[in-house]
Amino acid sequence: MFRKLLIANRGEIARRINAVARGMGLKTVAVYSDADEKLPFVREADEAVRIGPPPAKDSYLNVAAVLDAARRTGAEAIHPGYGFLSENGDFAKACTDAGLVFVGPPPEAMARMKNKAEARRLAQAAGVPVVPGSLGVVPDAAQAQVEADRIGYPLLCKAAGGGGGIGMAVARDASEVEKAFRQCADRAKAAFGREGVYLERYFPAPRHIEVQILGDHHGNLIHCLERECTIQRRHQKVVEEAPSPLFEGGKHAELRPRLFEAAKAAALAFGYANAGTAEFLYSDGGFYFIEMNARLQVEHPVTELTTGVDLIGWQLRIAAGETLTVRQDDVQRKGAAMEFRIYAEDPVKFLPSPGPLKVFQAPKGEGVRLDAGYEAGNVVTPNYDPMIAKLIISGKDRAQVLSRAEAALAGFEIEGIKTNVPLHRRIVADPAFRAGELDTHFLEHHAKP
Amino acid sequence: MADVPAHITGTVWKIPVSVGQKVAAGDTLVILESMKMEMPVEAPDAGTVKEIRVKEAQPVNEGDVLVVLG
Repeated sequence: MFRKLLIANRGEIARRINAVARGMGLKTVAVYSDADEKLPFVREADEAVRIGPPPAKDSYLNVAAVLDAARRTGAEAIHPGYGFLSENGDFAKACTDAGLVFVGPPPEAMARMKNKAEARRLAQAAGVPVVPGSLGVVPDAAQAQVEADRIGYPLLCKAAGGGGGIGMAVARDASEVEKAFRQCADRAKAAFGREGVYLERYFPAPRHIEVQILGDHHGNLIHCLERECTIQRRHQKVVEEAPSPLFEGGKHAELRPRLFEAAKAAALAFGYANAGTAEFLYSDGGFYFIEMNARLQVEHPVTELTTGVDLIGWQLRIAAGETLTVRQDDVQRKGAAMEFRIYAEDPVKFLPSPGPLKVFQAPKGEGVRLDAGYEAGNVVTPNYDPMIAKLIISGKDRAQVLSRAEAALAGFEIEGIKTNVPLHRRIVADPAFRAGELDTHFLEHHAKP
Repeated sequence: MADVPAHITGTVWKIPVSVGQKVAAGDTLVILESMKMEMPVEAPDAGTVKEIRVKEAQPVNEGDVLVVLG
């Protein structure tokens, strides 16, 4: 095992990785931008290095500055967290070239997954069901029209180099294909510097279900069951839970093993190692692979809390070359867990709400955990993602989790900025949510003030 | 004359209009960026861009005047 780990991230995930690493006896290095100097993750690491001004491109995305910080502190490994450099294969390679261990999948596996059209082709070849769509990047609007008529409507134009829903555009019928294609191509170019667009059938009311994967560099690969992440706004997750209520009370029992096998088959097709997630859409009795996320997920705690598998600990051990000793049969679900992403945003219009955190009073209670990037007195700046914390609730079953979540959300006091805590209170009180009747457009129709 | 303010705190990402340009109600005057989200600021009414008070990459606070329409 390496002795010193640099954490190339910020906020709650930097704190969480720091806590796990220190618990394993490692020394830790935080890197931070000028905007984050006063945040707890900087103080809690053994050492902290300033890597640049607030814009992410000048700090957390600045490969040279991150590598320089590692060199100056003598760090032997880098954990990228999620977002920022975590899915950047060039960064992973730069780490390796500099003699550093990159905590993540092999760079070549990352390259296979990053290009979504390529990822889709590989998954399909491995026998994994995929959403009906174009075979690869569609060269122009005329070809898009031809492909669209074959795939069927409604359909989605997606950016091949993208993530987080950036660039997506819907065409409801043949007359909207050209406009959606051009819109997606323009946005992809602005955001990622290239235009590649592919087409997929659009399911109007699907569920988002994903499978955690864990593999080592010695050929061992297991899944760690599913998570449901259907509650979203603007294609970004808001509430995640495990197990999925789709399977509650033994429902869809025949689907579960097929889902897990498909996730493993996809991971093997990419040559995957370390922690990753295979994402699927579920609609009308079928599931369809959408993409593989080559990193630790934001929502990993709901898996850790219900399976006992220490995902971050294993990420570090696997990166250090150790053998995965958790066998597939060891992974059994115990209880239920739910994660509520706390966003600094208006709880109705979802507009960003940066500002000073005057009061930040975390709820306490049985089965209540708060992974926060901030504390009272900190300022939430407009520079980064709006997620300031994750409220994670666990219990013996979903009913107990809901009851604990209601109490915790009622007792969560934040003043100074607007947050989506009121939205979460409405979600857990919503009869459809409580019944586990979810689809990705849930928030357009439910939990209204 | 109408002062068009920023509706959120963030950074000016793009300014797709120039001084002297005629705009219709609903046209995008400025695109702000905050917390990884891009948000257009639209013209409340038709008019002419009289003044642009911000530059690209400039940080702005909610309520700051971005553009003056005449």
